[in-house]
Amino acid sequence: MRSRRRFPFDRNSRVVNAAFLLLFSCLLYGGNAGALEEPAMKAGVFSPARVAPDFSLAASDGSELNLQRFRGKVVALGFGFTSCPDVCPITLAVLAQARRKLGELKEDLQVVYVTVDPDRDDAERMRNYLAAFDPTFIGGTGTEEQLAAVREEYGIMAKKTVYGKDYGFSHSSFTYLIDRQGKLRALMTYGHTAEDFANDFGILLQE
Amino acid sequence: MTIRRTHWICILPLAGVLGVGALAAVTPVSIESNEQIFEIPKGTWARRMAGDTVEILPDEIRLTLGVRDILVLKNSDDVPQMFGPTLMMPGQSFRLPFEMASEYQFACTAHASGQMTIIVEPFPSTPWARLRWRVLEVMRTEVLQEVKA
Repeated sequence: MRSRRRFPFDRNSRVVNAAFLLLFSCLLYGGNAGALEEPAMKAGVFSPARVAPDFSLAASDGSELNLQRFRGKVVALGFGFTSCPDVCPITLAVLAQARRKLGELKEDLQVVYVTVDPDRDDAERMRNYLAAFDPTFIGGTGTEEQLAAVREEYGIMAKKTVYGKDYGFSHSSFTYLIDRQGKLRALMTYGHTAEDFANDFGILLQE
Repeated sequence: MTIRRTHWICILPLAGVLGVGALAAVTPVSIESNEQIFEIPKGTWARRMAGDTVEILPDEIRLTLGVRDILVLKNSDDVPQMFGPTLMMPGQSFRLPFEMASEYQFACTAHASGQMTIIVEPFPSTPWARLRWRVLEVMRTEVLQEVKA
């Protein structure tokens, strides 16, 4: 004799309803929890953020370079030198690519590159070098003492290495991200993609 | 064939070790937090000024994607400190996430070598990788405790 199997939920419809309600609540909570999360930055983030130390250097466009003039914009601040064979050109190329990805917001992003090699990197040389990546990029140069003071404020290492008649620098390769209010918000380590930079620029620009 | 009592004394611990190893290899890897935290305690600068050698960060830090892949540095001292790759103000923390398995070199004046290495390993997805991760985790915990001591 075939026994007719009853659908087990029929007898316990309240239990079933409660279970579905619980499941639905969990899904709803999970969805909301995800929606409420702040977008994740790819860079290392400082907490609390401090005001980015300002400085006064010679800008590659012939003006005075300080951070105050870029208040209201997001600033990507890097350190390097124009004779750098690898790290600096790669970083600058990535920054240029990231800027292009921002669409209209790119006008509110300013890339500032401060030299660690004042003997060779004068304003004109920096202007020509940076223009090859993006004509809006601004370089900063000055005396050795001025630049050393800026590096100290930002914890930047730069060590000169002599190769015969030539020389180079081992230097910190990360890029600082400064928000529209002039706060030092994050530090992007070397090796990140243009997409990563664009992601973080986008987050800071839309705050 | 009967197994003598003395044999059981050898077999049981071996079976226990193998069982624990198998469990460690099979059980999915998960921990409470993805953060590996290093903190400069209050008074570190004063101790250094007094001539103490205070090492906070090991020369080499190992992280694992998907398990412990966020480096957190905290400066709880009263003065700014070079910590890892950056200068940190008193009371400030720095949270650095990693998304790619690789070896990262950072200039770090806190180390005698002037360099800090962070090795980010891939997620341990195979039984052997899980077993290896757990063994390394135990060793790493001991090393960190020695550094803190």
